[in-house]
Amino acid sequence: MTDQRTIGELLAQRGISRRALLKYGAYLGALMALPSWQSRALAEGLANARRQSVIWLSFQECTGCTESLTRSFAPTIEHLIFDLISLDYHETLQAVSGFAAEAARREAMRANAGKYVVVVDGSVPTKDGGVYATIAGKTNLEILRETAAQALALISVGTCASFGGIPHADPNPTGAVPVSEIITDKPLINISGCPPIPEAMAGTIAYLITFGKLPDLDELKRPKSFFGETIHDRCYRRPFYDKGLFAKSFDDEGARRGWCLYELGCKGPVTYNACPTVKWNGGVSFPIQSGHGCLGCSEPNFWDKGGFYRPLSANTGSLGKSVGAAAAVGVGVGVASAMLARHRKNTASRGE
Amino acid sequence: MDLLDFARGPALTAALSVFVFGVAWRLLSLFLLPWARDPSPRRADARPAWVGAVRGFARHLWPRKPFARASMLTTVNGYVMHLGLAIVFFGLAQHILFLRGLFGIAWPNLPSGLISGVAVVTLGSLALALARRLTHPVLRLISTFNDYFTWLVTFLPIATGLLAVSHLGAPYPTLLAVHLLSVSLLLIWFPFGKLMHAFLVFVTRSETGIAYNRRGVVL
Ligand code: HEM
Ligand code: HEM
Ligand code: SF4
Repeated sequence: MTDQRTIGELLAQRGISRRALLKYGAYLGALMALPSWQSRALAEGLANARRQSVIWLSFQECTGCTESLTRSFAPTIEHLIFDLISLDYHETLQAVSGFAAEAARREAMRANAGKYVVVVDGSVPTKDGGVYATIAGKTNLEILRETAAQALALISVGTCASFGGIPHADPNPTGAVPVSEIITDKPLINISGCPPIPEAMAGTIAYLITFGKLPDLDELKRPKSFFGETIHDRCYRRPFYDKGLFAKSFDDEGARRGWCLYELGCKGPVTYNACPTVKWNGGVSFPIQSGHGCLGCSEPNFWDKGGFYRPLSANTGSLGKSVGAAAAVGVGVGVASAMLARHRKNTASRGE
Repeated sequence: MDLLDFARGPALTAALSVFVFGVAWRLLSLFLLPWARDPSPRRADARPAWVGAVRGFARHLWPRKPFARASMLTTVNGYVMHLGLAIVFFGLAQHILFLRGLFGIAWPNLPSGLISGVAVVTLGSLALALARRLTHPVLRLISTFNDYFTWLVTFLPIATGLLAVSHLGAPYPTLLAVHLLSVSLLLIWFPFGKLMHAFLVFVTRSETGIAYNRRGVVL
């Protein structure tokens, strides 16, 4: 199962030159803002590394993450990622099915015990014993525990695997949880986003293969090189924010002039991701450039933060009941204490 | 739920509820109290009570000549601070959006750079007020926890707002959460401390005006 050839040799056979691979490595290194020597090491390392055995598990998800990776703008380059790894099991991409597929997973686990990387997209349902998602008669929960046991490291791809994502949104009917809540004793990287930026996935995997260790992670276990800054930090509309110039609707004068989308609900100031710099579809655009505020999709619970179109500075609780009750109690206590004072005064004056 | 979710949601809901409860309680328990009858006879040349009230309020807007030297600094500083607070709170787009969320009305915002400038001045004038309170022998003697804590809860939103805008000291989501929590603290303290003066200062000064007017004192 494990191919002994290096990635460089493999690609050469397919007519992809070493030069192209080095360029790709350097590109990923640059995206990750690696120092130049590391960037070079990454490019060289990629060419000489063996392919990493990867088992890709798809749980409660929409397949958008895989789509993001496979339908990226420059397929010849992005498909390189699949040459970097030996994808031994992938629900969506593998040709085999049924028993053969499960056998492939077990074989990969056996042959590369302790050395394979588990990539997960989708959250894991835990309610009612995890029956809400099963593959080959096994719950996602069982499959994850079984597969992770011998893994070198895990990569949660997408917000569902990283933080629970949309299945985890209120009221979370399936008891969905992120991978990190189930597997706590293995190195783990979260590459969040709905979907994540393909370059962030490719870059992280390339780093893992060449340096044999995890990249620098933030407190949510996301690679700092892609999640080190907020959308707002790098947004080209930022000068308008700083001046206080905001579009009031999606089609007003301000919107046409490219003003800031904060009033329309942009969550860029509290969202860590690389969209403004790496962009999408090979650097063509990103949501804010296309005229829509950031949804905050790479953050935990982005679905339950008061609404995509509610400005960040607006409160999110529903006030009606609580404030109404408080007012009623306040009026009651106020009237009562005044009456008590009157009563005291009356009895006092009668006593005189 | 992270700190920012807590600050935007439950914290503000709780703070606004406490604020509404406290203000209703304090105002009603005060206004429904039995009023003490003024036993002095009403002067024949006394103007109607409402004129006395307006005059009483207007008169206190500025110190009289003999006191001008002694109280000019505090008076001017008081205006600077309160105007600053109002401009910052009602002028910044982010604040208007918060108020729009509550009341459904909005108005044009001021440039953020201007707000930052005003906020710095406001911060300075608050610092000056504290310095005076700490150095003036009499003022210092009569100051209580209420005075100092009220100062603190007024100071914190401005300080944390400026920190948030300049992204200083912590990741932005934390800064914003701390700013909102400082506002929650202000709202919670409001009804129970001397911040109630925002409602009561109109009452107390008008009352003084009415009482003087009745006795024929022209303010
Ligand atoms: C719940 C009510 C409030 C909310 C939701 C709120 C929210 C905000 C937000 C989102 C910002 C912008 C931060 C940035 O641009 O990065 C801000 C700034 C600021 N806030 Fe508040 N705030 C509130 C109440 C207050 C109050 C009561 C004060 C004090 C008067 C205050 C003082 C400031 C100041 C001084 C700034 C900096 C403005 C600037 O330099 O541009 N805020 N606030
Ligand atoms: C209608 C609104 C308000 C009016 C008419 C008003 C009026 C006043 C007056 C007359 C004083 C006494 C000034 C002095 O001691 O020299 C004062 C003090 C003060 N006010 Fe207000 N106020 C209002 C609202 C507010 C609000 C909303 C806040 C805070 C958010 C505030 C914070 C303060 C503070 C901290 C002091 C004490 C300053 C010190 O320590 O010397 N006021 N206010
Ligand atoms: S559009 Fe969003 S990310 Fe860009 S400056 Fe405005 S608030 Fe920040």
